[in-house]
Amino acid sequence: MAELTRDTLREMQLRMLRIRAFDERASKMVKRGHIPGTVHTSIGQEAQVVGATMALGAGDYMSGNHRSHGHPIGKGSPLGPLMAELVGKATGVCKGKGGSLHLADFAVGSLGESGIVGSSIPIANGAALSSKVLNNGKVALAFFGDGAANQGVLYESMNMAGVWDLPMIFLCENNQYALSTPAHTVTSGIISERAAGFGMPGIRVEEGQDVLAVYDAVSEAVARARAGDGPTLVEVMTYRYNEHSEGLRLGTDYRNADEREAWLKKDPIMLFRHYLASQGFSDDELDGLEATALAEVDAAVAFSDASPYPDLSVAFDDLYTDKESAA
Amino acid sequence: MTVMSYLGAIGAAQREAMDADERVIIIGEDVEANVYGTTGGGKSRSDKGDFLQRYGKNRIRNTPISEEGIVGAAAGAAMTGLRPIVDLSYSSFLYMAMDQFVNQVAKNRYMFGGQASMPVVFRSAMFYGLNTGAHHSDRPYPMFMNVPGLKIIAPATPADAKGLLRSAVDSDDPILSFEACLLWSSKEDVDENEFWVPLGVARTARVGTDVTVVAISSSVPEAVAAAEELAKEGVSVEVIDPRTLVPLDRDAILRSVAKTGRLVVAEPAHRTCGAAAEISALVAEEIFDSLKAPIVRVTAPDMQIPFSPSLEKQMYPTKATIAAAIRRVVDLPALQPVAAAV
Ligand SMILES: Cc1ncc(C[n+]2csc(CCOP(=O)(O)OP(=O)(O)O)c2C)c(N)n1
Ligand SMILES: [Mg+2]
Repeated sequence: MAELTRDTLREMQLRMLRIRAFDERASKMVKRGHIPGTVHTSIGQEAQVVGATMALGAGDYMSGNHRSHGHPIGKGSPLGPLMAELVGKATGVCKGKGGSLHLADFAVGSLGESGIVGSSIPIANGAALSSKVLNNGKVALAFFGDGAANQGVLYESMNMAGVWDLPMIFLCENNQYALSTPAHTVTSGIISERAAGFGMPGIRVEEGQDVLAVYDAVSEAVARARAGDGPTLVEVMTYRYNEHSEGLRLGTDYRNADEREAWLKKDPIMLFRHYLASQGFSDDELDGLEATALAEVDAAVAFSDASPYPDLSVAFDDLYTDKESAA
Repeated sequence: MTVMSYLGAIGAAQREAMDADERVIIIGEDVEANVYGTTGGGKSRSDKGDFLQRYGKNRIRNTPISEEGIVGAAAGAAMTGLRPIVDLSYSSFLYMAMDQFVNQVAKNRYMFGGQASMPVVFRSAMFYGLNTGAHHSDRPYPMFMNVPGLKIIAPATPADAKGLLRSAVDSDDPILSFEACLLWSSKEDVDENEFWVPLGVARTARVGTDVTVVAISSSVPEAVAAAEELAKEGVSVEVIDPRTLVPLDRDAILRSVAKTGRLVVAEPAHRTCGAAAEISALVAEEIFDSLKAPIVRVTAPDMQIPFSPSLEKQMYPTKATIAAAIRRVVDLPALQPVAAAV
C-alpha cells in the first residue's frame, strides 16, 4: 500500500464528504423542483469514485456516465459551477447546456459524462490515444457501470487499447444493479475476468467501500499505464443507497432490505472516518471536514441562486465554432 | 497545375495536412496498406505503404474492424489535442457508429458549453453505381444533415476534393466527407500547391439564365452534361454545386433561382427528406414568388439498391433524367418517357 501523507488522507475524506453533501442537497432540490429533470446520485459509492479519481494526476483525463456528479467533484472541480449547471444557470460549468447528465470540467480533465450508457468509454480511449501519439505522459480512465459492461463498445475499446498499449484504465463501478436489473441476471461470468480475453490485467476490488483499497488498485493501474505497459480493467464492488434516479418510485422491490442494511454498515465515509481516527486525526478535525463540505455545498447553492439563467441569445452558441453555421 | 484524379487529390490533401501539422493522424481499417488509395502517392493510387513509410506507425494507424470504437476514440482524441482523419471506407459502415456520431461527435461541444473542440474528419466513400448490392451502395449524407453539430462536405471535382479536405482538417468542428466512388477516376488540372476551399461556399459549375440545377456529388457532372445538351436547344442552364451540405450556401442557391425562376435539384440519395427536399423547401419558403414553374427533384427512389446492373443503373440521376426535368420546368416537350428516377 502506498504511503499517503496526512494531507492526502484528509483530502480523500473531504472529497467523499463533498460528493455526499452535494448529492444529498441535489436530491432535495430535485424533489422540491429547484433542479429540473432528475439526477442520479453517487451516495454510497464515494469510496469508489474518490479512490479512482485521486489515483489520477491533475492532467489526466476521464469520462463518465449518467451517475455523474461524483466524478468531477472527485477530480477536484469547484462545486459552484457544478451546482449551477444542475439548476440550468448561465454560470454552470457547461453554461447550462448540459445539466446533471452531462457535467464536464475540462479544467480538471473531466471530458464529460454521457447519458447514453457505455457511450463515453471510447472517448476516454481516444484521450489515451492522444497521450500515446503526443507522448505527453497522461493517462485516461473511463467510468462505467455494471450495466454498461454489457455494451459492445466497451469490448471494441478494450481491444483497441490492448493492441495499441494505450495508457488507459477501464473502471467498472459495479453497484450490482442497472436500474432495476440485478447484474448477475444479465451478466455472464465475472466482469473483471473479461480482461483476460484482451491480454490485459483485470482486477476486482471486493472492498470497494474502502477508499484506500480502490486507491491502491487504481494507482497500480495508473502506474502501469504511465510506464507504457498498457491498459487495465478494474472492477469495483459497491452499492448505491438511493433509487436509480431521484424521484423514481418503482412499484417493485427489486432490492432486498437486508442487503441494503448490510451495505450501510460498510458506509465508505464512516469506515474511513474510523480509519482516520485510528491514524490520530482528532474528532474536531474530522467534524470540521464534514462542516467544510456542508459549507461548500451551501456556498455552491448560493452561487447558483445568485446566477442568472442563460439568455435566449446564447441558445445557438457552441453548436459550431462559428455562429454563421448555426442558422 | 497538374492533372489529378479525385482520389489522388484526396491523397494529396492528406499528405499536405500530415506535413503541415504533427497533430494530424490517419486511422482506419487497412490504411497502412493503402487499400483505398488515399494513403499512397500524391497523384494517383500508387505504391502501397507510402504514407506509412513517410509518417510512421504512430500517425498512420490500422484499426480493428470496430467502427463504434474507432469513431468514439477519434472524438476523444480530437477533444484532447489530435486532429484525426478517420477513413471509414464505405459510407454504409457509418451506421455501425451512429451513437458516437450523433451523441458524442455532434453533441459534445454544445452539451459541454463549448469546452470541447472536435477537430476530426470522417471520410467515407459512397460506392453506389458499382453493382455492389444494397449493403455497400448507400448515399447516407441526408440523415447526417439531420444531426446538428456536424458539418458535411460532398466534393464533386478533384480540386474541390483537395481544397475542401484541407479546410475540413483545419476546422475545429467535426466534418463528415462523403466521397463518390463514381468520381474517383475523374481528372482535372489541380493546383499542386496548398489551397483551401472554404466550407459553406457553393461553386457555380456552369453559368446560365433560364434554369438552375442544384446538383450534388456525382450528379454534378451529369447536370453539366445535361446543361450542355439543352444549350443546343437554346435553354441556358446554371449548375450550382453546393459542395458543402452543412452549412449550406443558401444565398448562392437563392440568388441563382431568383435569377432563373426555375429549379431542378439532382442528387443520388433517396427522395424522402433528402438534400433535394431541403433545398426545395428553402427555395419555396424564401423566394416562392420568383418561381415560374414548380420545383422538380431528380433523386433515387425510396427503395433498396438492387444488385443487377440492369436495375441499378436506373436508380440515380443521369444526364437524361436531369435533362428531362429541365425540359419539364421550361415547358419543352419530353424527348422520351421520363424515367422512373424523376
Ligand atoms: C444506451 C442506453 N440504454 C439504456 C439507457 C437507460 N438507462 C439509463 S441508466 C441505466 C442503468 C445503467 O446501469 P449501470 O451501467 O450499472 O449504471 P448505474 O446506474 O448502476 O450507475 C439504464 C438502463 C440509457 N441511458 N442508455
Ligand atoms: Mg450499476
